[in-house]
Amino acid sequence: MDNWKDNKNVFWTLAGPGTFWLVMFFVVPLAFLFIMSFGGKAIINGEMSITEYDYFTGFGNYLRSLDPLYLGIMWKTIWVSAIATVLCLVTAYPIAFGICFAPERWKPILLMLVVLPFWINLLIRTYALIAVFRTQGYVNLALGTVGLGPYEMLYNNFAVIFGLVYVYMPFMVLPLYATIERLDKSFLEASLDLGASQYTTFLKVTVPLTMPGIVTGVILVFIPCLGSFLTPDLLGGANAVMIGNVIERQFKAANDWPFGAAISFMLMFATFAALMLRAFIASRSRGVDV
Amino acid sequence: MATQPKPGSGPLDYGSRLWLKILFIVIYIMLYVPIITLIAFSFNTDKRGVVWRGFTLDNYTKAWNNSALIEAMTNSLTIAFIATIISTIIGAMVAVMLWRFRFFGKGTYEAFMGLPIVIPEICMGVALLLFFNVSGMMNFVVAMPWPLNLANIVIAHVAFCFPFVTIVVRSRLVGFNRQLEEASKDLGASEWQTFWKVIVPFMMPGLVAGALLAFTLSLDDFVITFFTSGPETVTFPVKVYSLVRRGVSPEINAASTVLIVITVVATIIAMKLQAPEKSGKG
Amino acid sequence: MTEPIVSIRGVSKKFPGGVIAVDNVSIDIAQNEFFALLGPSGCGKTTLLRMISGLETPTEGQIMIGGEDMALTPPNKRPTNMVFQSYAVFPHMTVEDNVAYGLRVTGVAEDETKRRTAEALEMVKLPHLAKRKPDQMSGGQRQRVALARALVKRPKVLLLDEPLSALDAKLRDDMRMELTRLQETVGITFIIVTHDQDEALSMASRIAVLDKGAVQQIATPSELYEHPQTRFVADFIGKVNLIDAKVMSRKGKDLICEAKGLGKMSVSTDKTCGDAIAIAVRPEKLKLTKEKPAGAKLMTVKGKVRDVAYYGDTSHVVVSTADDIDLQVNVQNDTRTGGAGVERGQNIWVSWAPDDSIVLTE
Repeated sequence: MDNWKDNKNVFWTLAGPGTFWLVMFFVVPLAFLFIMSFGGKAIINGEMSITEYDYFTGFGNYLRSLDPLYLGIMWKTIWVSAIATVLCLVTAYPIAFGICFAPERWKPILLMLVVLPFWINLLIRTYALIAVFRTQGYVNLALGTVGLGPYEMLYNNFAVIFGLVYVYMPFMVLPLYATIERLDKSFLEASLDLGASQYTTFLKVTVPLTMPGIVTGVILVFIPCLGSFLTPDLLGGANAVMIGNVIERQFKAANDWPFGAAISFMLMFATFAALMLRAFIASRSRGVDV
Repeated sequence: MATQPKPGSGPLDYGSRLWLKILFIVIYIMLYVPIITLIAFSFNTDKRGVVWRGFTLDNYTKAWNNSALIEAMTNSLTIAFIATIISTIIGAMVAVMLWRFRFFGKGTYEAFMGLPIVIPEICMGVALLLFFNVSGMMNFVVAMPWPLNLANIVIAHVAFCFPFVTIVVRSRLVGFNRQLEEASKDLGASEWQTFWKVIVPFMMPGLVAGALLAFTLSLDDFVITFFTSGPETVTFPVKVYSLVRRGVSPEINAASTVLIVITVVATIIAMKLQAPEKSGKG
Repeated sequence: MTEPIVSIRGVSKKFPGGVIAVDNVSIDIAQNEFFALLGPSGCGKTTLLRMISGLETPTEGQIMIGGEDMALTPPNKRPTNMVFQSYAVFPHMTVEDNVAYGLRVTGVAEDETKRRTAEALEMVKLPHLAKRKPDQMSGGQRQRVALARALVKRPKVLLLDEPLSALDAKLRDDMRMELTRLQETVGITFIIVTHDQDEALSMASRIAVLDKGAVQQIATPSELYEHPQTRFVADFIGKVNLIDAKVMSRKGKDLICEAKGLGKMSVSTDKTCGDAIAIAVRPEKLKLTKEKPAGAKLMTVKGKVRDVAYYGDTSHVVVSTADDIDLQVNVQNDTRTGGAGVERGQNIWVSWAPDDSIVLTE
């Protein structure tokens, strides 16, 4: 690897466009957002303006975001994301495990089949779920033939959680698969040989040794869930509002951009907290590193 | 344990366990049923799309004739196309730079490159909305003729796509034997010639895979596009969103199926390109 | 043999795709034996070991341990324990927890667990590392943890997969002595798998030589070396001169043969054989003399020295005879006059006692 000073021209030529783009169209916008989060609606002629903003009115927006109403929504967002993440883990782990132990020629096909839905547009997949879950949807139709239902499966927390799991589960399979694949199977054999049952082996050997993959997968799912907007919007209706929806509303309907900016940053702080947690756990675990 | 083990299977032979096979089938079915029904019902004659009434391609013709939908689709494809080209070039350049050079603060820079992947999309979307408004770019660009009026969206897409390209190209470069580069220079080639004739051909599978990845990400994106597109410019996912809010209709199914097909084909090509790379070139 | 502790009867293992890893193997292993499964890579020895432990199941045949058929017994219920080639010491547990693992998961009381764990660590000389994590230990130390972990369970049979292959030469010698000593102290049957004949010959009381999934010969080390039953065994164990010969006439046990390159030879054997046989002679049994040696019964051949390789304690001399047959002779350099005392191109006589000729029919 060369030292950049040996070839400054090449270095700057290569690094220039990318760095410029990120700074200009990522860092700067976020900086604007940050500044705006301290702003407020301007007072013109003694009246609160609808469209004009003042800057640096203080921490008002952040304080407002700690209001029980919004705190409640934030809390619920965390809860819903946590449940969705756990469900993803519970469904993705057996899949990843099974693919690892499948015959060699099946592995790439099975993996691709799991990942493929992930590449299909989020909107379309969520829309497909509407058709499945609504009162005249497929599930209720099927249940109707045996005389059950119809159940109100849409526009509630259940639908949102299911939607999130449905959308993000493939994303959890990949890091799990990577870790389980790299696990030396002789650890499992040793555990069995020493007298442990399959169940005990799983709990005491497999899970601890695949923990890094589990943590990575959890983070990869939890963070997008926290910030998700489309799924609760389409599947949750008015009953299942998440932070993402609140932010969207501030920038569109409610037109309170400073407040929206503040909440956005609260969301980013929550995201970074989760990442710090992951780094902390990763540095302390002794499993197979992904 | 009382069950007779199958002759020839071992205790770690999880792949042959029945309960695992059943679980697999159930989960895979649950993953695909909504999508398959969506595609299937795009061929349905029933307007409310619930009961199967008959096979028809009407929905596709209707979607084709829906000028707003077509315009949205064209916009999406154009944006994806342009954004892909720019992302791939920029992303590859950063990848080469990271592969080749060490410098002070490299770790931080790499984390910085990873930010667009980690920050929630909605935060990025609103930040860009704010930026385009404040800088006046929103008004400026939107007033321009097609395709320049898509510039804001393209810029936004490039910003979150090129880090992914960097990751893909970089992982490809890891396998490059630097002695090839040295041999080229030893034989008299300049820096520039070496780059084009030796490094780029090796990078090619990574470039193509990265480009396809960028294309899919751009085509599929909803959140960032939703915030950065002005009132006049509509992309396909945004258009579908507004239709969906009004209810289920088979036309949406038809349009969605087309998008699915494009995405799946692009993904499969990208994955096929990743695999032969293992049979080592260079 | 009184009731063998492990009885392998007609065991075969066929993998899907047609690969036959183990082909109709039958071996009886006695209690307290140090038994070795020896053979080149791919001969099926590891597969056989895993079938004894229960980690693979045979496609045909029976495995009995302690007189009981193990067909329905999974590995965690068998009276065997294995030391894996990679040791498989759990990285997320301390040495102590590793050794105690097998006791804790089978519900042994905690105070008894602690006592037995301490004993086991004493036995492998690792009590000072009890609280260490495996990644802070050397390969040799981890192997001893794996040993302690297996022995603490007091199995009837201890299985070891290539125990010395990952160690460097000095450690290998130490470990070899350690294992032999342990086996005698603890009084358990040891079964090891190895591709290294030195390991097998120096540690085991009996060895089964395997090739391509089938048993070639089961015997004590000296029996295998001096009385190999097949060409494969003769060639695999130690160095050997293999000479093709045709039987010209027989009288009871005595055969007169025409040996390629060596002329007439007379050998005697208990075996029934056809007309084509192989005669094997170990290199250290051959003597070099400048003149044709006296001795009516001696087998003598005239030849020319083709190569001399000096190894300090021995010299390996290759003598070329008629028909381009090469004979390898190992000469002990038992005087300090610098080697075997022969040079390239020299004419020389090779001789050996007829008893040293081994007749091989296959």
